[in-house]
Amino acid sequence: MLASLTELADELRRAGLPVSLTESLDAAAALSALPLEHRDDVRAALAATLVKSAAHLPVFETLFDVYFPATVGAGSGPAVEPIGMDAGTDAGPSSSGGAGAGTGEGDGVGLEPGQLAGLVAEALAGGDLRQLRLAAALAVQALAGIEASRPVGVAYYLARTLRQLDLETTLDGLVQAVLARPVDEAPPPGAPRRPPGPLGERLVREEYARRARSLVAAIEAEILRRLVEDRGAAAVAGTVRRPLAEDVDVMHASREQLAELRRALGPLARVLAARLARRRRHHRRGPLDFRHTLRASLSAGGVPIEPKFRSPHPSKPELVVLADISGSVAAFARFTLHLLYALDAQFAKVRSFVFIDEIDEVTGILRAAASLPEAVARMASEANVAGGDGHSDYGRALVAFRSRYADAVGPRSNLLVLGDARNNYHPAEAGVLEELHRRARRVYWLNPEPRAYWGSGDSIVSSYAPFCDGVVECRTLRQLEAFVDALA
Amino acid sequence: MTGPAPRFERPADVVRRLGEVQYLADERIGTTVYLADRLGKPVLVEGPAGTGKTELAKAVAAITGSRLIRLQCHEGLDEAKALYEWDYRKQLLALQLERGGDGGPPEWGEVAAGIFSEPFLLERPLLAAIRADDPVVLLIDEVDRVEVETEALFLEVLAEHQVSIPELGTMHARQVPFVVLTSNDTRALSEALKRRCLYLHLDYPTLERERAIVLAKVPGISEHLADEVARIVASLRSLELEKRPSISETLDWAQALVLLEIDRLDATSAAGTLNLLLKHRGDLEAAAAALEGVAR
Repeated sequence: MLASLTELADELRRAGLPVSLTESLDAAAALSALPLEHRDDVRAALAATLVKSAAHLPVFETLFDVYFPATVGAGSGPAVEPIGMDAGTDAGPSSSGGAGAGTGEGDGVGLEPGQLAGLVAEALAGGDLRQLRLAAALAVQALAGIEASRPVGVAYYLARTLRQLDLETTLDGLVQAVLARPVDEAPPPGAPRRPPGPLGERLVREEYARRARSLVAAIEAEILRRLVEDRGAAAVAGTVRRPLAEDVDVMHASREQLAELRRALGPLARVLAARLARRRRHHRRGPLDFRHTLRASLSAGGVPIEPKFRSPHPSKPELVVLADISGSVAAFARFTLHLLYALDAQFAKVRSFVFIDEIDEVTGILRAAASLPEAVARMASEANVAGGDGHSDYGRALVAFRSRYADAVGPRSNLLVLGDARNNYHPAEAGVLEELHRRARRVYWLNPEPRAYWGSGDSIVSSYAPFCDGVVECRTLRQLEAFVDALA
Repeated sequence: MTGPAPRFERPADVVRRLGEVQYLADERIGTTVYLADRLGKPVLVEGPAGTGKTELAKAVAAITGSRLIRLQCHEGLDEAKALYEWDYRKQLLALQLERGGDGGPPEWGEVAAGIFSEPFLLERPLLAAIRADDPVVLLIDEVDRVEVETEALFLEVLAEHQVSIPELGTMHARQVPFVVLTSNDTRALSEALKRRCLYLHLDYPTLERERAIVLAKVPGISEHLADEVARIVASLRSLELEKRPSISETLDWAQALVLLEIDRLDATSAAGTLNLLLKHRGDLEAAAAALEGVAR
């Protein structure tokens, strides 16, 4: 147990989690304080001691399964003994032909694909967790075709199994069957009721989607278990490694990852706002107030024991954001828009501009929109950002910005430019940025490209860089956080 | 650890006893609370607002028969509000009194020892928890509201169960208090703080758990309505909302439905009472549209 714990801690560190020695020791102490009866207790104990952030929990969950695999047949583990087989066989041994029969090259139990489909459908219809696990185990056995010691990951076998299972069709059939029933008729055991209306339909669909998710999770767990059995934990751990949410490259993030990033952005904007506000409050001392100091010194016989300071002008930091939303940074642009929206909710005074080769102010849209999707939709339809050929032209956007919104940038403004500075070989007009830099309090450039690519091809970061107080690579949430940290 | 006998026999015991005070815990909560007691470590509970973080501390206090001492964090919290303070008015009075006596001017050392002693000490929550004779649960609520620098105030209490007062020396805990810290995750807490705590993430509950919570907490609700409430709330949480409904809002909603004698939810009756669940105009519109089956 202790050996597994050390290996798990090592692997978590390799995955990027900050697991210190204290945490490892706590985990060991936790295990010895625990009556080791249930695997779930062990899992909870290790999660509480080793993982200190919700964003890291998924990584932990997977690796826990790798290093502390469920034993076959123990308690709720998937038993491969055909307990419920007779229930599934009536689906017809050759109902859907032998199309996929040959693919299960593993240690097949002689289950026809049609039989399996029936079993899976039944498990989904019943919604019983044990039955779902059994179906998952059988599906993996028949369809995954796990080959001994072949170095591929869980995802490969999972995709292979799911492709052959064709869950969508099964689910759709089940949903239709429920919807076909009269409203509020007593349902057969395990099946959801049929509530009325489109709301009811929505709930039925979601119920089956939920069951399907637990089936997929069970299949994944079963594949993982088999792989660990075959190759050992250390080898499998390498194949399930995924980047942490904060290290996901924004440019290549998947939809789920983007959603995760978006959730993290709100707090970050709050931090940024709070930091700037606190900075104001903490630096409350202005220049020496000579008159006041002299007066105060009278009570000490003319010795200026306590110097008095003028309270400073209440400077309100303003934020002006210019964001490139062209195709080349499409993924980053979405991220940018989320950031804009989050910033706008936190700062009293933000002016937001978006551009491709024409620039337009979107402050009003962001403020009026009730929700983020609405804001994004309205920005896409109402903001006038494409003037010429629809490729980003930083020079032209800057010139237009100076001529139309020159009043936006003053001595209190922090100017934030978001974009990759890929100018499609148009003139840079760096002079405009120089002028803005002179007028603004600070100018920062956040670039979503890896630093190594800067200056290659049509990237002209280097022409703008001299006029920025900081040019920062900003591809991951971690980097954005670091920027916010450094700013305040 | 020193201190009295452990509060709980085994993790399942925690879950069962929490259930008796209407706090429905899953095994993660049970195990973490159990370990916090056994290892004498504080629990840091993090998660979205309204998922029962503060309730957990109250429930633990209830089942262990402990007094709950609560420190509500806010920006600008300092030593004088969290740990202890010298009662300077009382000190001034004492000085006046001594000067009025007839024994001539007293020695400074005596005076200092006199006015920096127990009777002049004002206990604030952290010190109160350390010095309590009876069993206590210390709740440090919304830690994420204090500045990072202020977090350091808690470290000594959390790790060593002691408070150092320069004039008096170090105060050790008479018994190990059960400490719960909560955070709404509005900022990352410092590593130093996290390292000293057990971590528990309380997210929105699963469908089954939420249904059970509604059944336990809302008197007079039918099983059928609880099920529908839980399903609709789960459905709404999957939408892209500004602020997703919390458990406490679910309970408010279920309570309202019971009072309004609505036992069958359809799109109209649901949409009419949604304002108990969602507090943003945009969210309300999105939710109403989704419930009526309009694709967005």
